[in-house]
Amino acid sequence: MLGEGILKGLAETAKNFAGSFVSEDRLTTVEYPEQRIPTAEAARVFPFLVYDGTDWEKGLRCVACQICEKECPPKCIYIEKSKDKKPDYVGKMQIYPARFDIDVSVCMSCQICVEVCPFEAIKMDTEFELSTSDRFGGLLFDREQLAKSNEHYHKIHPTEASEVDARLAEEKAKVEAKAKAAAAAAAAKAAAPAASVTAPVKSESTPAAGAPKAAEAAAAKPMAQTTTAAKAADAALNAPAAPSGKPAPASTEPPKTAAPDAGSKTSGE
Amino acid sequence: MSETATDLRFSLARQEGWNRPPVVEPDGEGELLELAMGPHHPSTHGVFRMDVVLDGERVIKLKPVFGYLHRNHEKIAEKTSYLASMPYTDRLDYFCSLTNNWAYALAVEKLSGQEVPERAEYLRVILAELTRVQNHASSIGFLLQEMGASGTPLMYAFREREKVLDLFEGLTGSRMMCNYMRFGGCRVDASAAWLEQARKVVTELPVFVDEFEQFLRSNEILMARSQGMGVLRPELAINAGVTGPMLRASGVNYDIRKVDHYGIYDRFKFRVPLGDHWDIYDRYMVRMLEMRESIGILEQALKEIPGGPVMDPKAKIRGFRPKAGEAYGRIEAPKGELGFYLISDGSPNPYRYRVRPPSLINLTVLEDMCLGHNVADVVLIFGSVDIVLGEVDR
Repeated sequence: MLGEGILKGLAETAKNFAGSFVSEDRLTTVEYPEQRIPTAEAARVFPFLVYDGTDWEKGLRCVACQICEKECPPKCIYIEKSKDKKPDYVGKMQIYPARFDIDVSVCMSCQICVEVCPFEAIKMDTEFELSTSDRFGGLLFDREQLAKSNEHYHKIHPTEASEVDARLAEEKAKVEAKAKAAAAAAAAKAAAPAASVTAPVKSESTPAAGAPKAAEAAAAKPMAQTTTAAKAADAALNAPAAPSGKPAPASTEPPKTAAPDAGSKTSGE
Repeated sequence: MSETATDLRFSLARQEGWNRPPVVEPDGEGELLELAMGPHHPSTHGVFRMDVVLDGERVIKLKPVFGYLHRNHEKIAEKTSYLASMPYTDRLDYFCSLTNNWAYALAVEKLSGQEVPERAEYLRVILAELTRVQNHASSIGFLLQEMGASGTPLMYAFREREKVLDLFEGLTGSRMMCNYMRFGGCRVDASAAWLEQARKVVTELPVFVDEFEQFLRSNEILMARSQGMGVLRPELAINAGVTGPMLRASGVNYDIRKVDHYGIYDRFKFRVPLGDHWDIYDRYMVRMLEMRESIGILEQALKEIPGGPVMDPKAKIRGFRPKAGEAYGRIEAPKGELGFYLISDGSPNPYRYRVRPPSLINLTVLEDMCLGHNVADVVLIFGSVDIVLGEVDR
């Protein structure tokens, strides 16, 4: 009979339509904002910076080596190195990013920054509801917005995070053992003038680190003006937000409290 | 040919006049109408334009116009490192990002002489065949959509595709832009739970294919509109460089998995379906049968997958510089032969990077297939080519 095949197909559609009210299996979609499908553990959306401890600024693992900036395919990362140094997770003095911006509207979530990072400092977040009405600033994340705690990392990627933690602990133990061995050797070598051994080492390390920095500053001369200008403009932009943003670091979770602030700012404008 | 290359010829009841030759002369009555179909026509799978000259309803001339989605993929790849253009390959044919990854990885591995561990080879085959299944399913869904079955068959195809995409997300972290393969292996290893889930999805796939085929095979509209439409003669197909299901539907036995034995495809038993009548129906049927063969490969691969590492231990992530030379890596992507041609001068970025896109080359025969048919059939013929504009324009 002509049309039999069409009727058969329509009958199947009707069966699925009616069945979706009865059987959960036939219902393949969910009512999104109210119901959510849990994200896969491997899911990735946009990068964030991991920090250890409670203070995001002190605990940032990033040492501003700029490898991710160089390797990023759409070039959405902007890093400025700091002038001074702070200790990293093994206690070694390292420079840190004075500025670390990711333009999330350009980022293509490829995870290459995570792969190339030698310091386990940048990881992928699973937060995807980031829409904003602010066209220019809303998706340009700075260091403070990007910084998320190691606990957050453990929450979203548990297996991966514990692997990373194990690797870092191993590294730290190795460094500590080395330092201990070096200290023991130094102590054995010069039993009496132990204090004078540590002093030259210190004075030696500072000029060595200072020299490349000076070279860098010279190289960055033409850029310095633009960056300071950008900073000034930034400061001017951030000025109205500063009073509301100031008390945030005092609370335990600065990035979390900072985010609603930024939101209220944009909606207010 | 070996016994694995057996023809899978199918003979089904044909309606009369399936092989009528196209008539392309205007009949002289009335005026000719020039019409631009696209770039925003709902049937164009993106931004593509067909400038057609119509005599009444008949097409007497057709000019494909593309380039609306051009984004300089090849030049960008020549400016960035080898690794950094891997995520860009995802965006070529965004339905099959994993096969794109594989073709590019294969070309770079040829260039640098890296070995791929056993387990990574198996994972690549599994992911490529899953990609093929979901691509063919949605391609058939789109074909039905263009026949006027608005939504339902496409949604049925997408329901299955979602399961495959969930697998991709579980392993690679992303549903479509997977960015999974690396030079010398794969980025992360598949867990036992993932393989178990993959086995479950694969055992459910034949049920879907059977159901899908049962309804479409007996559908009078599909029969009437696809049989005898858009005939592509094998000589023309070969001359135009058409590859993939399009070429096989024209009866030419050419599958790079069989011809090149890239990866570990010579370990699997599968047949190559071929068409007899060279029309839309054959293209649809070849895709249907290829899905079944892919499921067969998946079952074998999931059974045999060994343990071990997924990355070549000598592979470098940072500062990767292959030695100077050139290489061409090609695979049987779901849409045809996807090739990457690379010239290295020993620097961290390729000197020349060229993509051989199956979609673009399969599209070149569009006019020959469409002449003499009605405008409504042009939409169908275009749909049966199975293109993605991201790959056509690059």
